[in-house]
Amino acid sequence: MNTTLTHQSHTEVLVPPELEVVRMTKKFGHLTALDDVSLHLRPGTFHALLGENGAGKSTLVKCIMGFYRPDHGDVIVDRHSRTIDSPRDAHRYGIGMVYQHFTSVPAMTVAENLVLSRYETSNFINWKQELQALDTFMETAPFQVPLSTPVSQLAAGQKQKLEILKQIYLKARILILDEPTSVLTPQEADEVLGLLRETVTQGRLSVLIISHKFREVTAFCDEITVLRKGKFAGTGLVKNLSIADMSEMMMGERRQPKPVHKTTHLQQNPILQIQQLHAHKDNGAEALAGLSLTVQSGEILGIAGISGNGQRELVEVLAGQRPATQGQILVNSEVYRSTRAEMYRHRVYTLPEEPLRNACVPHMSVAENLALRTFDRPPQSKAGVWLVLKMIRQMAAGLIDTFKIKTPSAETPVGNLSGGNVQRTVLARELSSERIQLLIAANPCFGLDFAAVEDIHGQILAARNQNVAVLLVSEDLDELLKLADRITVMSEGRLVYESAIAEADFATIGRSMAGH
Amino acid sequence: MMLDRETWRRNLESICLPVGALLLSLVLFGLFCAFAGANPFGVYESIYTAAFGSSRAWQNTLIRAAPLMLTSLCTLLPAHLGLTIIGNEGALVVGGLGAIAAGLTLQGNAPLVVQIGMALAALICGGVWIGLVGFLRHYRGVNETISSLLMNYIAIALLNHLVSGPWRDPSSLNKPSSFPIANADLLGTLPGTRIHYGLVYGIIACVLAYILIKRTTFGFAARTAGGNIRAARIAGLPVGQLTLAICFLAGSCAGLAGMVEVAAVHGRANESLNANYGYSGILVAFIARQNPLAATAIAVILGGILTSGGILQRAHNLPDATVLVFQGIVFLVVMYSESLFGRLSIFKERPGTRKVKPAAVQV
Ligand SMILES: Nc1ncnc2c1ncn2[C@@H]1O[C@H](COP(=O)(O)OP(=O)(O)OP(=O)(O)O)[C@@H](O)[C@H]1O
Ligand SMILES: [Mg+2]
Repeated sequence: MNTTLTHQSHTEVLVPPELEVVRMTKKFGHLTALDDVSLHLRPGTFHALLGENGAGKSTLVKCIMGFYRPDHGDVIVDRHSRTIDSPRDAHRYGIGMVYQHFTSVPAMTVAENLVLSRYETSNFINWKQELQALDTFMETAPFQVPLSTPVSQLAAGQKQKLEILKQIYLKARILILDEPTSVLTPQEADEVLGLLRETVTQGRLSVLIISHKFREVTAFCDEITVLRKGKFAGTGLVKNLSIADMSEMMMGERRQPKPVHKTTHLQQNPILQIQQLHAHKDNGAEALAGLSLTVQSGEILGIAGISGNGQRELVEVLAGQRPATQGQILVNSEVYRSTRAEMYRHRVYTLPEEPLRNACVPHMSVAENLALRTFDRPPQSKAGVWLVLKMIRQMAAGLIDTFKIKTPSAETPVGNLSGGNVQRTVLARELSSERIQLLIAANPCFGLDFAAVEDIHGQILAARNQNVAVLLVSEDLDELLKLADRITVMSEGRLVYESAIAEADFATIGRSMAGH
Repeated sequence: MMLDRETWRRNLESICLPVGALLLSLVLFGLFCAFAGANPFGVYESIYTAAFGSSRAWQNTLIRAAPLMLTSLCTLLPAHLGLTIIGNEGALVVGGLGAIAAGLTLQGNAPLVVQIGMALAALICGGVWIGLVGFLRHYRGVNETISSLLMNYIAIALLNHLVSGPWRDPSSLNKPSSFPIANADLLGTLPGTRIHYGLVYGIIACVLAYILIKRTTFGFAARTAGGNIRAARIAGLPVGQLTLAICFLAGSCAGLAGMVEVAAVHGRANESLNANYGYSGILVAFIARQNPLAATAIAVILGGILTSGGILQRAHNLPDATVLVFQGIVFLVVMYSESLFGRLSIFKERPGTRKVKPAAVQV
């Protein structure tokens, strides 16, 4: 790797530009998302932008990229104030961004996506020449992705690598990453960030990363800037700061992690039983290969595993988003087919991953999205036919309050909220019911700041302590070790390891995850 | 308060853009007329006079607006479920066939019985017709736009086959038609006008559609499924049933338009049934931005423009099909204006006043 990198530095010795944001303000209606915020990204550094959910991090980088036009303030590139009206302008100044979601065209190959991403694509593409150029590019790139594979067949980690490669291919000298690792496993995240770190150290790239993970910040970053409620809350060198300092800057107060209390239940009965379940992936390949498991009331069953081993499909089958091809699901010993009536009768609730894609209607309002479970029952409906809009609004107001959803109003389309607040909306809807019996959660803390993570962990545990059966699918092993009563490992569509949390053996779990 | 401000701009946008699109289409149409050798301002004036210039003109306009309201629902309702259905013409024709079959079979009964029979038959025939499109879509994955379009041709062929074959009235010579419905069974007119009751059907249907979509749990479920089918599934909503139900309702509205044409205008089924009300209905739905109440108003405007086809020919020497050119222009401009939503800065939320600089920590 090193040799190829030095090889390239002979051909392109270009110091990344210096980027400054000066006193930027951005309002959405009456909500001030950014209030007089400044940031200084020194050339060749790895800079983290921190803040709680809704602090304005995404808004700030979107203003830099020209997605939003700030109401006030300047973007200064190499000591010249620049007007950036579109990502194309940003590209001209060497700034490229990788988004929270994927932007590649799934049906096209990696090579086609790369060529397509170029701004100055001509009308004719000389594929032979392009492919040669791409081959040479891949050789010198910090990481590799197979060029001829369609994007739809790439794993999440590889897709994310492709998004980053795209920017490097476009010759971005300043790379902005908005929570790039939320779709990656810790190992993948470390690999990607490590390789970017090398490139930064060689002085060929500056990186501005938004992250909620202190581990990544301390391991890879040089400097941080912190936002709190839309305002600049501080900046500093990572080597001078402890995690406690950083979290204090983020929240304005010092907080101790709450200890976890688990009550013991005397009587437990099986709530969810899955027997020999089979299902396909989108491309028809086998995703679940005869998976069986049981979740008892008052227990959290954790499923660990590297992404792409069927966890997503398992949750989709349970949520009613994907048909099972064989096997059956029993809830309370009755066959369960994920109809609305069954969900209501057995009190099944779901926290899927990627909540905006899986559990929300982006253009419908926060209030309507909060009502998705209850709109056809009294008091929100009369006779199951008429909507009682007043009750829907009232419940929304209550939930927005209790779950601290930051939104301009209950009528705002949920798609306009920050990632973390979309997550909270779904949490509010699924966890507010008094009468949960079975909770299915998939990576419930992706993209949340650590106060919110604490909060959600607390809620899940509280549910468990109230005798709810919880199936927790997570790629975060620490989360599982903290919450689960029993831990299992999923590999290639079945469970390959199971143990009570007290007896869980770290080394064996690691080996099972890797498929040995 | 802030909520009001926010929705206010959004509402304004959804009124201004379609109206702007209509105005721009008028300008483009004027240019077209100038090219064809007519004075654009004269043309505008003629359209206005023919459509809204007198009580007689208004009546003509409203007679045409009635079927447009009904057929527009055939595109509008499924749109809330995320489906683009353009089988309005076919559903109208099939509904008309159902109506004539029922009307002739029930002949001799009390007029009200015959009329109800015709309406039910039309509702069911049109409903099943588009319901089939929904079925193919949900259970077989067939693209609903293509299948509904192709089913228009089947419906028209069916009409031509029936009226020139098995159902033909031998006395209809140059325009093969079915036997006529008894005069007593025809739909009456509103007192003091030539406007038939179809207009009332149209308005009632649009109001019901509005209530259905905005105020009922069914509409909520449909909007959810239309907005994000994955979210609908996670909430356990029966997406298949919703698709079938919405498509059935959509088709039955267009079918009812067929009944109105048969039982109030032509008195029999023949190729006049296939008078492009279906296609114009698609246009109404799009200009109305899938809002049923707006559709009533748009149907009146478009009905007026359709009425003026004859006068353009007589007074300006423009071909009869000129109104079709106008419809085409409107369609393109409206489709284009859809892409402007959320892009025009006048409709974006406004920044308020700036606050003072807060204190910050420097480490
Ligand atoms: N397009 C928009 N319209 C209205 N409000 C918005 C819009 N985009 C963001 N906001 C609001 O601005 C605030 C800041 O949002 P932003 O997305 O920048 O947060 P963030 O720091 O990225 O949070 P997260 O960690 O949850 O991603 C939030 O309160 C959000 O609801
Ligand atoms: Mg964000």
